[in-house]
Amino acid sequence: MTEAILVLEDGRVFRGESYGATGETFGEAVFSTGMTGYQETLTDPSYHRQVVVMTSPHIGNTGMNDEDVESRRIWVSGYVVRDPARVPSSWRSSRSLDDELREQGVVGISGVDTRALTRHLRERGAMRVGISSESADAEALLARVRGSAEMAGSELAGEVSTQEAYVVPAIGEKRFTVAAVDLGIKSNTPRMMAERGIEVHVLPATSTLDEVLAVRPDGLFFSNGPGDPAATTDQIELLRGALDAGLPYFGICFGNQLFGRALGFGTYKLKYGHRGINQPVMDRTTGKVEITAHNHGFAVDAPLEGATETPHGVVTVSHVCLNDDVVEGLELRDDEGRLKSFSVQYHPEAAAGPHDAAYLFDRFTSLMSQRSEEVEKGRQDPSRDPVSGEAVSATRSSGVETHAGARSSSTDEEGGN
Amino acid sequence: MPKRTDIESVLVIGSGPIVIGLACEFDYSGTQACRVLMAEGLRVILVNSNPATIMTDPEFAHATYVEPITAEFVEKVIEKERPDALLATLGGQTALNTAMDLDRLGVLEKYGVELIGASIEAINRGENRESFKKIVEELGGEVARSAVCHTLEDCFEASKDLGWPMVVRPSFTMGGTGSGMAYDEDDLRRMAGAGLAASPTTEVLLEESIIGWKEYELEVMRDTADNVVIVCSIENLDPMGVHTGDSITVAPAMTLTDREYQHLRDLSIGIIRSVGVDTGGCNIQFAVNPEDGRVVVIEMNPRVSRSSALASKATGFPIAKIAAKVAIGYTLDEIPNDITKETPASFEPTLDYVVVKVPRFAFEKFPAADPTLTTHMKSVGEAMAIGRNFTEALQKALRSLEDKKAVFDWSHRHVDLDKDAILEGIRTPHDGRLREVMDALRAGATAEEVHDATGIDPWFVDQLCLINEIAQEVIAAEELTPSLLRRAKRHGFSDAQIGRIRDMKEDVVRGVRHALGVRPVYKTVDTCSAEFAARTPYHYSSYDEETEVAPREKAAVIILGSGPNRIGQGIEFDYSCVHASLALHEAGYETVMVNCNPETVSTDYDTSDRLYFEPLTLEDVLEIVHAETKAGPIAGVICQLGGQTPLGLAQGLEDAGVKIVGTSPSAIHLAEERGAFGRVLAEAGLPAPKHGMATSFPEAQQIAATIGYPVLVRPSYVLGGRGMEIVYDDESLRGYIQRATEISPEHPVLVDRFIDDAVEIDVDALYDGTDLYLGGVMEHIEEAGIHSGDSSCALPPITLGKEEIGRIREATEAIARGVGVVGLLNIQFALGSDVLYVLEANPRASRTVPFVSKATARPLAKAAARIMLGEKIAALRAEGVLAAEGDGGDLPADAPIAVKEAVMPFNRFKTIDGKTVDAVLGPEMRSTGEVMGFDADFGKAFAKSQTAAYGPLPLSGRVFVSMANRDKRSMIFPVKRLADLGYEILATVGTAEVLRRNGVSASVVRKHSEGDGENGDKTIVGKILDREIDLVVNTPHGITSGGSPRLDGYEIRTAAILNNVPCITTVQGLGAAVQGIEAMRAAEIGVRSLQDWAR
Repeated sequence: MTEAILVLEDGRVFRGESYGATGETFGEAVFSTGMTGYQETLTDPSYHRQVVVMTSPHIGNTGMNDEDVESRRIWVSGYVVRDPARVPSSWRSSRSLDDELREQGVVGISGVDTRALTRHLRERGAMRVGISSESADAEALLARVRGSAEMAGSELAGEVSTQEAYVVPAIGEKRFTVAAVDLGIKSNTPRMMAERGIEVHVLPATSTLDEVLAVRPDGLFFSNGPGDPAATTDQIELLRGALDAGLPYFGICFGNQLFGRALGFGTYKLKYGHRGINQPVMDRTTGKVEITAHNHGFAVDAPLEGATETPHGVVTVSHVCLNDDVVEGLELRDDEGRLKSFSVQYHPEAAAGPHDAAYLFDRFTSLMSQRSEEVEKGRQDPSRDPVSGEAVSATRSSGVETHAGARSSSTDEEGGN
Repeated sequence: MPKRTDIESVLVIGSGPIVIGLACEFDYSGTQACRVLMAEGLRVILVNSNPATIMTDPEFAHATYVEPITAEFVEKVIEKERPDALLATLGGQTALNTAMDLDRLGVLEKYGVELIGASIEAINRGENRESFKKIVEELGGEVARSAVCHTLEDCFEASKDLGWPMVVRPSFTMGGTGSGMAYDEDDLRRMAGAGLAASPTTEVLLEESIIGWKEYELEVMRDTADNVVIVCSIENLDPMGVHTGDSITVAPAMTLTDREYQHLRDLSIGIIRSVGVDTGGCNIQFAVNPEDGRVVVIEMNPRVSRSSALASKATGFPIAKIAAKVAIGYTLDEIPNDITKETPASFEPTLDYVVVKVPRFAFEKFPAADPTLTTHMKSVGEAMAIGRNFTEALQKALRSLEDKKAVFDWSHRHVDLDKDAILEGIRTPHDGRLREVMDALRAGATAEEVHDATGIDPWFVDQLCLINEIAQEVIAAEELTPSLLRRAKRHGFSDAQIGRIRDMKEDVVRGVRHALGVRPVYKTVDTCSAEFAARTPYHYSSYDEETEVAPREKAAVIILGSGPNRIGQGIEFDYSCVHASLALHEAGYETVMVNCNPETVSTDYDTSDRLYFEPLTLEDVLEIVHAETKAGPIAGVICQLGGQTPLGLAQGLEDAGVKIVGTSPSAIHLAEERGAFGRVLAEAGLPAPKHGMATSFPEAQQIAATIGYPVLVRPSYVLGGRGMEIVYDDESLRGYIQRATEISPEHPVLVDRFIDDAVEIDVDALYDGTDLYLGGVMEHIEEAGIHSGDSSCALPPITLGKEEIGRIREATEAIARGVGVVGLLNIQFALGSDVLYVLEANPRASRTVPFVSKATARPLAKAAARIMLGEKIAALRAEGVLAAEGDGGDLPADAPIAVKEAVMPFNRFKTIDGKTVDAVLGPEMRSTGEVMGFDADFGKAFAKSQTAAYGPLPLSGRVFVSMANRDKRSMIFPVKRLADLGYEILATVGTAEVLRRNGVSASVVRKHSEGDGENGDKTIVGKILDREIDLVVNTPHGITSGGSPRLDGYEIRTAAILNNVPCITTVQGLGAAVQGIEAMRAAEIGVRSLQDWAR
């Protein structure tokens, strides 16, 4: 049994045993409260450069299988668990988690008081961390932690995105084509679209508007992904262009933050983020509560009440997290109140997590159907133009002001724009 | 949606007496519901016949009816109270069935009462197998292949398709009554026959066997806005085939991937919607094939269940409380999460710990019963433990059972383990199997072999292997190092276990451990895995790094609870602990509850200021005391309210320097130690039956010869009359000693002169060192010799005069003073030939404290708690807690009569050959619960008690009488009275002859042993089975002991139980029944609330 240490940026040290690969690793310490779905979590690209602390003590019980991966590899930069399984047990398991971590070179630590660590992160906020099974010298490791990269200000989508475009064909009859920009996309997202008759063109993060329009999409999708949305500029331009072109847009997670920024809102870093599969979100358009999967450290700063006029249309906050009133979804409507685009901060594709929000994919398809009908109509009535340019800066600042007070306690100074 | 404004009053139906499968978890849920509804400003009307419940305390409802839970009586309550709504989903199957009866009889419609929580249609859809199957299939799910049958012929037809073995389940029964596994046609005939009889709809379900599959439960909540959340997932360690109430269960589920878990979640949500449980909780059970993941939905309960109580305690999400709120219109997002305060209840709890529940059985009380675990629930209680990992939680749970045989043991006694024999033994699930699984591993069995033999999931088997490996490390270690100790503790090893391995005393291990600085920390159950700060100090121990016990200013009182329910120590003790907590909180103390029973009100985090969900062992309690001492001042520890469990810890705690409040441990010892107590009695001039103590048969024989037979023999230091028997001759005495010394070798056997034909009297009293307050004097209806817990009794005593009560008062006071009681005292007297004998005295809360408190409207346990902390009875009288003048010994002449009746679990236990165990009362307690009948005179009160416990006494019809010779004289008068009232009397030859000579014409009926007559005359057993008899009176021939089958009487009594025919087994019971019948025939019996009586 090799010993390992974990040192947080603020100097707190936890000791445990080496788990997975041996070595040394750094990242942003975050905790995830899901009791199931470690395989999906590990392979979720949004966790790139993060050291994930699992609050659930027993991890690895069902091993690893070939179906539940959400991307091509494990992305977490480090893994912290309390009681790793010694043998996996599941009829679908093909290998143990421990072996998989070792094979993919993921450095972990086990046997630490993960609850104490979680409470620390909750009180002090997400921060940089280092894990080492090479050196037991906490002081030296602390210095290296403090020298490692910060999450705020990091643009990471490019590091996780596919380099080549690829197509996920529609299942059954093809109804729509969607250009999905991969900022860290999870496999279940195109799968859920495909199930609804969507042919999904997954495009690299660096794609341009021309490249998007080249696939003749009925809709544009931005996926989840790692990093600080404030550090991203190219995709925001792309998104604005697509909105100008009247393309229906659906965004998830990072795609929600970029949607917010494209519409003129700011984003900020949450103190310790939302990472779990039990989060209550209210769909304010229906008043229903859904239990949702979350994985975000940043959020959009938009006014919860009232609508905001933007050059692209009228924006309202459609979804709110009931735990802390964080913006969980945005809706863009035209002057006549018709839905044009929307995005959510959480994960309707689940994997891991509940399926309560799967209806959003249906909302996206009906948006695209509605749009194709409008295009038909539009051909008959050329007077309608989607673009109108008024008072962008005014609404922007009013949005921020409305919310500055409520937000200040949880806003990380380093984060945001 | 906010609270409904059209509901101003709600009738809540409780679950009645504690029986197997329907226990105090429904007091927990009902109490929560009542609290919520009262707080919401609604008028709450409650019906529950169980006086030992917290919910029937007058302050938990505006009108509390301690009345039988039958449609007839509940209708009377409805007629009187005219509630707007009826909430029946929190009182178990009893409440649900009563609500359905009320609907069928048109009562709800007649009085315009709306059923809230779940509609009749939803209940039917959920419980009717056919409609449920349809719902599941429409959702794309599967149920086990099955057939619904209404006759035996249907069953045989269906068996051709389903194959053997198959599961037999009667519809609409609680706790799986009548369920079982049929392996062949004979099994099927027997089980389906009984099932058809037990089902109120004469319906049984036959199913394909899914034995050995993984078993899961999900607890689901839904509100009026159709928001649905899963509160908890539970995985059974014992695979399919064992009733979930008898299984070791684990929360959260341990061996499901997210994909499989979400599949179960989707099905659960679909089911609760389709069944249409609009508001509230339900429980859905699944089986998963470990080979290919095929999922089968087993069943759903459209109500709060035992698992809901477990899930509430396991997660901190109070299901019953939230269910009550959504039932009156709130949506989940409008209800705050109590623990975080800031977040709403519309979320799914996430756990950063593991919860293990283990069942507690009582097979030792029913030696004839088959101990194999099946789909028919047999456990009488459960313990739950929380740990930061499975191994820690499991080992804590096992030691919480207070059953030495349950705890893993690596001491030298077990070196010779025969692997193959053990592997063979663990194929069949039974009480104690897990310990044998561990023995198999010790004997060298591989994980695969254990998995193959038991079907226990490989992950769980590996966890057991891990425990065994650590034990081997402890065995092999040269010395106990800090890292080894820490490792063992992190996997749940107790000091005692380590001590047995290392051949060290427990306190020596503890000393070493403390010296090395290895101590537990206390974590918090917070519903959210620390994502948000917890405001509720609901703690559990773990050997981890950081503790979360907050400092406090106020002095704390630590109350030790009673642990898992068992026969002899149940809800009554929890009642006293809860009362103490409430009273002391009010008196300005910070109350700290320690208990490990998930079914109780005491382990509701709302009950006390702090809750430690921990085993009640010396080690665990000492660590809590240590942690709380560091947190702030401690006023003391209360040990006298939770029954024998905390009482047994008192001395050890005091030796460790812990302050015990109330009666001192040495005084407790004084009352329990025969010689010392004898001196107390002698000093007070009180006679006790002649007695002696023996450690061998010759000694016992010598004593018996001196004091004369019959003698009452028992081991010392027991509760519930464990191992107690009345012995009439040397031969049986020899047999007893042989058996008894195996029970408790450290303690001698007590041999008492048995006082024949005496009236037994139970007294609960308070003593503060100066004054005595006689809480109540109870007169047993059955004569001495039947355990007080199984005996029915009346308060005030119905045949005792002022002079006799005066003697009882004096004797009680003398004993209280002599022993040095501070708090509660219970004494049992026998009054024979005008001599008042002291049978025993217990300086602690008794089983009857809640009954007495309710009957006299004085909270004895609350008063006791205050007395223990130094308050005086005079002050409590002045304050109004106790009566300003007089006490329970001199109730006014017009005081109502309360009758307590015990409820026996005989119908739950089958012998190996499938027969019901015998239904005879004896000196060993075997009842699981009790009811109270409360009315102006004895006849009415007794009639109510019978209705509540066993169903109403017949108002006409056929009575079968068969009496033991010694009872024949006393039966004449009551039987004659029955004949005069128009009952047809049937009797066996001897009894019939005596009756005839006394002018009662009785037709002779064939004995069971005689067999059917040539012309087809049925035996009495045949007549009972064919429902031709309405009342059975059968006193056992010879003398009862230990429940061994005896002659014809056994067959008669078991047939009566099987067919729910009232069965009276004592002559005194017959007399009382006649009074009850007369009262019922004279006039309609009314209902009246406790609040009204107290006016």
